[in-house]
Parts: sequence; C-alpha cells; structure tokens
Amino acid sequence: MLEGQDRLRFEESVLPHLDAAFNLARWLVRSRADAEDVTQEALLRAYRFFGTYRAGDARAWLLQIVRNCSYTWLQKNRPMEDISELSEASMPQERSTPESLALASHNRELLSRALDELPAAFREVLVLRELEGCSYKEIAAITARPIGTVMSGLARARQQLRTALTKTAQKEVGRGV
Amino acid sequence: MACEQPKTHLHAYLDGELDAPGMAAFEQHLETCADCAAALAAGEALRRSLEQAELYERAPESLRRKVRVATAPAPARTSAHPGAWRWLAVAAALVIAILWGSRSFFPTIKSPQQAAWTTTLLDAHLRSLQPGHLTDVESTDQHTVKPWFDGKVDIAPPVRDFSADGFPLLGGRLDVIEGRTVAALVYGRRKHIVNVFVWKSQDLVPYADSGERQGYHWAFWKKDGFRFCAVSDTSLPDLQQLKTLFLQQ
Repeated sequence: MLEGQDRLRFEESVLPHLDAAFNLARWLVRSRADAEDVTQEALLRAYRFFGTYRAGDARAWLLQIVRNCSYTWLQKNRPMEDISELSEASMPQERSTPESLALASHNRELLSRALDELPAAFREVLVLRELEGCSYKEIAAITARPIGTVMSGLARARQQLRTALTKTAQKEVGRGV
Repeated sequence: MACEQPKTHLHAYLDGELDAPGMAAFEQHLETCADCAAALAAGEALRRSLEQAELYERAPESLRRKVRVATAPAPARTSAHPGAWRWLAVAAALVIAILWGSRSFFPTIKSPQQAAWTTTLLDAHLRSLQPGHLTDVESTDQHTVKPWFDGKVDIAPPVRDFSADGFPLLGGRLDVIEGRTVAALVYGRRKHIVNVFVWKSQDLVPYADSGERQGYHWAFWKKDGFRFCAVSDTSLPDLQQLKTLFLQQ
C-alpha cells in the first residue's frame, strides 16, 4: 500500500496515462474487454511496484508494464498468436501503390482490421509511434529493443500494413464495392 | 536505377528523427530520387489515414472506476499510542475468533444476495474515500443532514449525531447499491471513516451480522423496517458499538 506522498505521486504521474495504457493493451490483445482486464492488472502492478519507479518518463514506465502484462496474457490465452521478436531480416523493396491505398484509407474498419492482422511486434511499434506519438527512443525503452531494431521494425510494419491495405482494397474493387 | 539509400532513412525522415545534417542530406537526395519521393508520399498518406481513422482507444469509464477503487488510499492508520493499538488488534482478533467460533455452532444463513450486497457496499465505502466523494451534504448537525435526504430517497433515514459516544456525524450522501438508491450516513471514529448505509427492505432473509474482508469490517442490523450496514476499517467492536447506539435510539 502506498502512503501519503507516494500515493499522490502515483496519482499525478501514472494515472493520467490510463488511456495510453488501455490503447496499447487493446491493440496488443485485440479486444476491448480483455484489454480492460490486462490494463487493470498492469495498473495494480504499477501501484504495487511504484516504489521501484524513481523518476523519469512515467508513461514509458507504465507502458513497459502494460506490454509485459499483454504478452503474458497472450501467451496464456492466445497460444497460437505470433509474438516472435522483431528480427533483423532484410527489408523487402518498397512498392508504393497510392491509388489503391486511397481506396482503403478512409475506412476505419478496414484500417483497424489490417492493423489487427499484423504480428504483435509490428502492431506495437506502429501503435506506439502513430497513435501514441512516442519517439524512437521512447519506443526503444518501452519495448526493450535497440533503436536500430525499432527503426527497421517500424519500416517493415508500415510496409506490411500498406500491403495488407492494398490487398483489402483490391478485394473490395474486385467485388465491385 | 535502384536507390542506394537505406530505407530506414526514409522512415526516420518521416518521423522527424534525423539530425539536422541528416535531414538536409536526405532532402537533397529526394530531389533526385523518384523512388524515395514516391515512398515518402505513400508513407505520409498512410500516416494521414491512421490519423483520420481515429484508431486511438480510450479507457472506458468502468476501467477508470475500477482502477480508482483498487488504488484508493487506506484511511490513516496512524496513532499516537501504538501500544493501545496492539491491544485493540488483539481484542479485535479475539472478537473475530469468537464470532467465527459461534458461527460454526449457530450457522447464520448467508444468501448469495447478501454476498453481492456486501461486496457492493465495501466498494461503495472505498469509493466514498476518494477525494470529493465522501459527502453530498457536509454537516455535523443531524437537523441539517436529515432534511437533506427528504425527497431524495423514498425513505427518511434516521439520522443521529453520536459525538458524545465518539462517533461524530460528518455528513450524508446518496449511493446506488445494486440498482437501489441508498442513504449513506458518514461518521468519524478517531481517524477512521465509517459509512452507515441505510435502506428500506421488506425481505425476510436474515443477514449475517458482521464480517471482515481485506482489512475492512462490516456489520449489518435492522430496525423499524430499515436495513443498516456499517462499513469501515476501524475495528469490529467499534462497529458493534455504533450498532448498539443505533438500536438504542
């Protein structure tokens, strides 16, 4: 149990990042209901171990915990989920298809589905960068990866997302939608 | 001609993560490389799409509430007389032991309904300890608190100040428990807060008298068609004393 000053510090520095925590959990476990459980668990852990947090970026500290809780949850509840680490594989050649992308791009449903279909490691760098607005350095701290891996992971994640969107868009066109 | 630039440069540029010389060099490269210019445009389009799709998922209110309750402050446990506290703890432990003992001889009927109520009442108690949640009407005067409830709940709960007996009235509040509006009377007990929940009930289920969970105690009783439940982190004998005061009114 936290007392006095520590409690206040927890309230002021950690609780404001509840949305960020929930957003990351939602995109990692891919369900709002499960994300609620995971986020609650993460917040309780943060509360319990607040003594180990000294100073610095409270959001990054909390998101680290959320990330750990999310992967633990995935291992337990979604054993088939691909949670492999980002590898340093060579990057495929970028091929841009702006026309077909434009077809799919304004559809929240399509984007959300395409993002959900990426492997977890790609999802998390994209969510942290594009939705949460984290810097490379922050993403590196949260995901415990070297900055170089974050950078190449992000490049590949974007490419995969674009490919997925293009495919969906082409399917839609094919069906005459 | 294939572009020799590492693709990561493109993304670092897009993310504003290159240093000033790196930015300048990449911009110069963009002027001559159609591949990179097209890839950058595609990258920017993707970013705009993600922005416009508003994919950010905010925490639901239910989660916010749960987290607030779970990290609620434990009411002050400090005391100028640690020795006295130890004795009180021993006394409380004895009382609990005796209650547990007697329970096995005279088992009380505990309904699932009561278990649900007890849980909700404990939650309501924790919630009330959040800043600004304790009282809707703040007064130590029973003649102020009692009329405040008129028209707000379909009952006129008995409101008494027990300052003389060590339970000063601090105010009142409305709570919704299991879909029912319930009056909550707030009392102080040394440095502890006691919530006495009051509601009208015709149900004949005998409520088990008292219990403890995670350091919080509760005591049920009934009088004149009202159900009462006192909840606090103060000791069980304290709650029993408050119960006696209510019953003697």
